[in-house]
Amino acid sequence: MRRLPEITLWLPLLATTKLHDIQERRDIDVNLKHALAMLGLIGLSASAQAQDPNLARNLAATCANCHGTNGHSLGGMESLAGEAKDKLMQKLMDYKSGEKPATIMHQIVKGYSDTQLELITAWYAAQK
Amino acid sequence: MINRRDFLKTSALAAAASTTLAGLAGCASTPSARSRAHVVVVGGGYGGATAAKYLRMWSEGTVDVTLIERNPSFVSCPVSNLVIGGLKEMADITVSYDNLKSKWGVRLITDEVTAVDTAKRSVSTANNGTLSYDRLVLSPGIDFMTDAIAGLTGNEERIPHAWKAGAQTVLLRKQLEDMADGGVYALHIPRAPFRCPPGPYERACLVANYLRQAKPRSKVLVLDANGEIQSKKALFAKAFEGYKGLLEYVPNSELRSVNASTLTAELDFEKVRANVLNVIPPMRAGNIAVHAGLPLINERWVDVDWLTLEAKGVPGVHVLGDALFPAPVMPKSGHMANQHAKVAVAAILNLIDGIAPNPAPVVMNTCYSFVDSKNVIHVASVHQYDAEKKQPMPVQGAGGVSMAANELEAKTAAAWAKNIWADMLA
Ligand code: HEC
Repeated sequence: MRRLPEITLWLPLLATTKLHDIQERRDIDVNLKHALAMLGLIGLSASAQAQDPNLARNLAATCANCHGTNGHSLGGMESLAGEAKDKLMQKLMDYKSGEKPATIMHQIVKGYSDTQLELITAWYAAQK
Repeated sequence: MINRRDFLKTSALAAAASTTLAGLAGCASTPSARSRAHVVVVGGGYGGATAAKYLRMWSEGTVDVTLIERNPSFVSCPVSNLVIGGLKEMADITVSYDNLKSKWGVRLITDEVTAVDTAKRSVSTANNGTLSYDRLVLSPGIDFMTDAIAGLTGNEERIPHAWKAGAQTVLLRKQLEDMADGGVYALHIPRAPFRCPPGPYERACLVANYLRQAKPRSKVLVLDANGEIQSKKALFAKAFEGYKGLLEYVPNSELRSVNASTLTAELDFEKVRANVLNVIPPMRAGNIAVHAGLPLINERWVDVDWLTLEAKGVPGVHVLGDALFPAPVMPKSGHMANQHAKVAVAAILNLIDGIAPNPAPVVMNTCYSFVDSKNVIHVASVHQYDAEKKQPMPVQGAGGVSMAANELEAKTAAAWAKNIWADMLA
């Protein structure tokens, strides 16, 4: 039987977003060092591996919890289906740079490479 | 045994009835291979329901899907703390499985799974016989290790956990309503990892919010086996301050035993009497996963291959959700189970078609928590598969928490629930 430590550091301990609370920031620094030592860093560099035929669909599906299946929201979140790709991409890049204010999208887009966001926005633009 | 022709009939009908299934952009599918495939999904929660729908949607109706779930409708654990706090009704967190049947052509069996034979690839049920599968998706959720706390086993009616939504949610709400003003509500939080890391702290806030208005002389006592708040720490600590005098948070409070007749909780050095005693016991992967003989880590959580979510060494059995030994800082949440399901479904369809699973899956998580009737805080994270570590790793610099509790995100939280329930069930 396998025994492994159960890592109990939930996010946001790894986050490096702006936080006003000083105590929280200290926690993050301490835990970040700890976590990085334990886990190592993850980069978003494009890899040379073969691409899945449904990669764009699969990536886009990670947004559907909030924006609706295939980008058809039931309300309270914007629908992404059928929106122009450039427009979607511009908004996402503005979230990434911090130009567009957001409650959560600025934190989410930073988890995806620009290449992945290109695939996602093209896929949503193609939905009816 | 289930009649194969029935399946084909159901599938054909559903495919004909549903225009949704038609106009989907898909890969070059091989319907002949797929029409031979039967996937059984056990457990219709956030993971299983999503898997059932997405298997039908992404295969364009060419894979037969049977969902076995013991409850007649879906009851959400996320948002159930609002029912306990008196802000929502059970009807608000209950969703029908009807669309999975009528719109997506999932065969739904309302029954209990009694055994899984991974060698014979079959699942036995209490009332519907034995079903054979080509691939099995197990989304068993968690079961409790009540024996870890002396006196608890068999007393879950008197000392509810309310950590699976349904009858237990109603029970805890009723106990709080029946409690006299001046009473003590004690909540015990087990050591991490447990289902829904922010959940207990949200519950403490929402019970305090209710008592402050309805029974202001009462007390909320949070007995946390952990040394500190396990999620959104600074934000919950701030919320707790707002309930000063009413709510007391006591870390390092491991529960040793309970007395169900006196509602006494015994810690290492202390005994606490409560009027409502809400004990969340330590937990592990759902019993079905344990009885199926899947590989467990620490005798508790299922060990999976993160590219396919197959249990290690048990080909054809894909496991989702809270039952998994989590990848680093991956929470046990409904949102995450929904994301596991999509990775598993993509892999299953590839494997049926004879293609390698997607080598670069991504999952992300969000949890919204209410700290009172109006204000909400979130935590978010994105996890990208790391080929070297062979598991998803949190993307550094992404994710995070709300700046402060705010009313805007109460709207987003409601929209999240509506949209994710539809993503699973509509
Ligand atoms: C947890 C829910 C959630 C998830 C998951 C999510 N979003 Fe969002 N999205 C929001 C919210 C909320 C907003 C409004 C801005 C804000 O407050 O962050 C938004 C705004 C947007 C907008 C701008 C809409 C407009 O017209 O103004 C785009 C584009 C978008 N999201 C794309 C995505 C993509 C692509 C993904 C997946 C990579 C994604 N979102 C995942 C919640 C979510």
